[in-house]
Amino acid sequence: MIGLAFWIETTFRSAGGLAAVLLPAGPLVYLYLFKMMSFMQSRLGPMEAGPAGSMQLLAEVGKFLQKEDLFPAKADRIVFAAAPFVVLVSSFLLVVVVPFGPDAWFVNLDTGVFFAMAVSSVSVIGILMAGWASASKYSMLGGLRAAGQLIAYELPLVLAVMGVVIQAGTLNMQDIVLAQAEGEIFGFGGIGNPFIITQFLGFVIFMIAMQAELTQPPFDMPVAESELVTGYITEYSGMRFLLFFIGEFATAGIFAMIASVLFLGGWWVPGIDPDSNLFNILGPAVMFAKVLGVTFLVFWFRITYPRFREDQLQKLAWKVLIPLSLLNIVITGILKVAF
Amino acid sequence: MGIVPGMIKGLGVTAKTAYDTMFPDGPLKPPSPSKGAVTVQYPHEKETPTARARGVIALQEDNCTACMLCARECPDWCIYIEGHKEKAPPRRAGGKPRQKNKLDRFDIDFALCMYCGICVEVCPFDALFWSPEYEFSEPRIADLLHDKSRLAEWMETVPDFESYESGSEAKVRKVPR
Amino acid sequence: MTAISDGEKLRHIGEQATDARMNIEIETEGMTLNIGPQHPATHGTLRIVAKLDGEQVVAAEPIMGYMHRGYEKLAEVRTYPQVTTLVNRIDWVGSFANETPFILAAEKLMEIEAPPRAQYIRTILHEMSRIANVMLGIGDMGVQVGAVTPVFLAFRDREYVLNQIEAATGGRFHPNFDRIGGLKDDLPAGWIQNTKNAMEKVEEFCDTIETLMYGNEIFQARTRGIGIIPKDVGLAYGLSGVNIRASGVDWDVRRDAMPQGLVYDQIDWKVWTHPDGDCYSRMWVRLQEVREGAKIVRALLGQIPAGPVMAKVPRIIKVPAGEAFVETENPLGVMGYYIVSKGDLNPFRVKIRSASFSNISITPWLLKGVYVPDIIAILGSLYFILGDIDR
Repeated sequence: MIGLAFWIETTFRSAGGLAAVLLPAGPLVYLYLFKMMSFMQSRLGPMEAGPAGSMQLLAEVGKFLQKEDLFPAKADRIVFAAAPFVVLVSSFLLVVVVPFGPDAWFVNLDTGVFFAMAVSSVSVIGILMAGWASASKYSMLGGLRAAGQLIAYELPLVLAVMGVVIQAGTLNMQDIVLAQAEGEIFGFGGIGNPFIITQFLGFVIFMIAMQAELTQPPFDMPVAESELVTGYITEYSGMRFLLFFIGEFATAGIFAMIASVLFLGGWWVPGIDPDSNLFNILGPAVMFAKVLGVTFLVFWFRITYPRFREDQLQKLAWKVLIPLSLLNIVITGILKVAF
Repeated sequence: MGIVPGMIKGLGVTAKTAYDTMFPDGPLKPPSPSKGAVTVQYPHEKETPTARARGVIALQEDNCTACMLCARECPDWCIYIEGHKEKAPPRRAGGKPRQKNKLDRFDIDFALCMYCGICVEVCPFDALFWSPEYEFSEPRIADLLHDKSRLAEWMETVPDFESYESGSEAKVRKVPR
Repeated sequence: MTAISDGEKLRHIGEQATDARMNIEIETEGMTLNIGPQHPATHGTLRIVAKLDGEQVVAAEPIMGYMHRGYEKLAEVRTYPQVTTLVNRIDWVGSFANETPFILAAEKLMEIEAPPRAQYIRTILHEMSRIANVMLGIGDMGVQVGAVTPVFLAFRDREYVLNQIEAATGGRFHPNFDRIGGLKDDLPAGWIQNTKNAMEKVEEFCDTIETLMYGNEIFQARTRGIGIIPKDVGLAYGLSGVNIRASGVDWDVRRDAMPQGLVYDQIDWKVWTHPDGDCYSRMWVRLQEVREGAKIVRALLGQIPAGPVMAKVPRIIKVPAGEAFVETENPLGVMGYYIVSKGDLNPFRVKIRSASFSNISITPWLLKGVYVPDIIAILGSLYFILGDIDR
């Protein structure tokens, strides 16, 4: 990107940010929510819209756009209306620090990981706003559950990442990718050193905490449809429901991006020099493939498992995941000093 | 709990179901989920109901004598029959003219009908039959009132009675055509 | 096996603590949560008024009657053959089983006995409707605790059973096949073999769901030790069927008080019980019931005697004056019909004892002190059908 005016570059990066949030969401919904879920249940899923139902999501969007934008009578209208945007904003903020190639980044923050972990909690505010402003008991219960859950799982998420940060020695996402690309496993540098190998425990904890952050089953109590109808989304309809829906899957995609940056080597594939300009083109595709891999796991768990109760969920976070991730940090620190 | 935790085995179950749906012919054949899935893509392909399925009631008008048994036995009174007596020509030359019941109206309101089959069962003259045909929905509820010509049309869709399982003493009835 | 006494003790302490917290400590106001009448977990229009302290239930009360259709009254103005088609709609997922006790009661009044072939087929269909019903209940429990897949697998494999019911009776959900003195028709050719194949599918389903759902640690965490019904409480509330057998009461009408006209005594089978009385044991006993049902059906299919399926019955059925009560073990529990006849075409009075009505009556006792998600798990494991509650 050398030689471009600053405003051109900024425009490019902004457009890329929009694309990075919204583009993965569609394939994720179609591939996993529509098709994989159907196949795992011996059915076909949507088949009518487009070839093999591939345009179904567009049809759904069209349907939601036509629906009336309803407000419950006692709702706090301004907060109610703003809540979905707050949720969506956190997705956009998250994608900012994700690198897609040696030069294909939006903002190259030195404290990228820190920033990502910080803004991922913004969605809690939106969810609480939605739950409270709906003036519905189900929504409020859902909102409160979501807040409790997201705050509890923020901690293992951050602590699991700490291992990676210690090993890479940097908070910069771009440098973490490079550290994996240039790393060696006991002198063998053929596949670099994707941190999933050395930080496997961290990866597992990160995946579990990520599942909870995304409120996907088995951690979907905030939107538990058999208990709370749909939790904080109960009163939403039309466009605003759609925003929540997009937000859910866009965030799934972005968290998968962060997971692949931190643990799977990001935009880098073994065999090509990480400084090569090729990665500016190839990088996004590599990232997308890795995102598909990570989200496959997320949705596989979603389809198979029943959900926890909130107290069991809190127990899992505080009694299992946090001690384990602390242990992971200690071991990583010791090994880092030793080698 | 065995050596493998149940949660992992559960993942195996869903994965196997997905595999069975995608590759019903084995792993080397191209995937054909439409064959592996148990669902039927309804307007394009249709399931054939069994011969006994209670879809719609067909009327063999010639056999009906307007005896009103069906209308009386119907639990929700959805059959409307009107008839009058007619003089029919005598069977043998020189005989007395016969009395014949002529059917003026035979309507079944399928919006009310609960498909119990009592009318078909009580009919003593083989005039009513079940047809497994199930596609007769209407945009207007009043159109679900089928008159006798509409009911007679269903007669073509009535399948033959099935033969019975071994050990049965029931006689296979015949559909008058 | 879970230690019951500990769980009970804990719950007792929890109850005490709840009351105390509500009133004194932080002086919070409770919240009344209306679960239903329109709610995904109530499979119909049951309403449960739950008074909550946070997420904990302080008091809960089921309110029934949103779907009351007055079948007892309707039956008084219908002739006997017409009543069978009404009672099909009581427990609509295992509907043939609703006809059986009514027909048996009427037969008892008329002192008619169905021919042996009819009795065998009747028992087979009764057991098949149990399989169809309970399979759905198992899948539904999956949805109640948040797993989406079991219910689809249950619907998929239940279809094989329903197809066989349809092939014999003509109706998937409302067979209307049982008649006073026998059956409406004999079995079509090839039915026995097809049903045996369907039973294989059912057993396959049992294995699948056992791995997918029962073996899952999350499912066990959600159901073990939750909603414990001790033996004496269950009996006091008049629970029946699986719900009481899962509390360790070895009582099954099919074995212990089989009415005249069914043939459960002709084969070997087992009544499954479980000592725990929690949600998991209820679901576990249900699964075993499906397995046992498949076994019963297969055994009975092998020994259907030849002969007619209808006894000599007058064309216009008038039941002699008298009273009769017959109960059978239905999918949801014990179902009985009390018929008072005055010798007319219509019954003078019909009282329907349906299982779900009694089963749901324990909820105020059972839901005290549990969390909101547990309400759903408990309701799912009690497994009621709204039509069976409201009639």
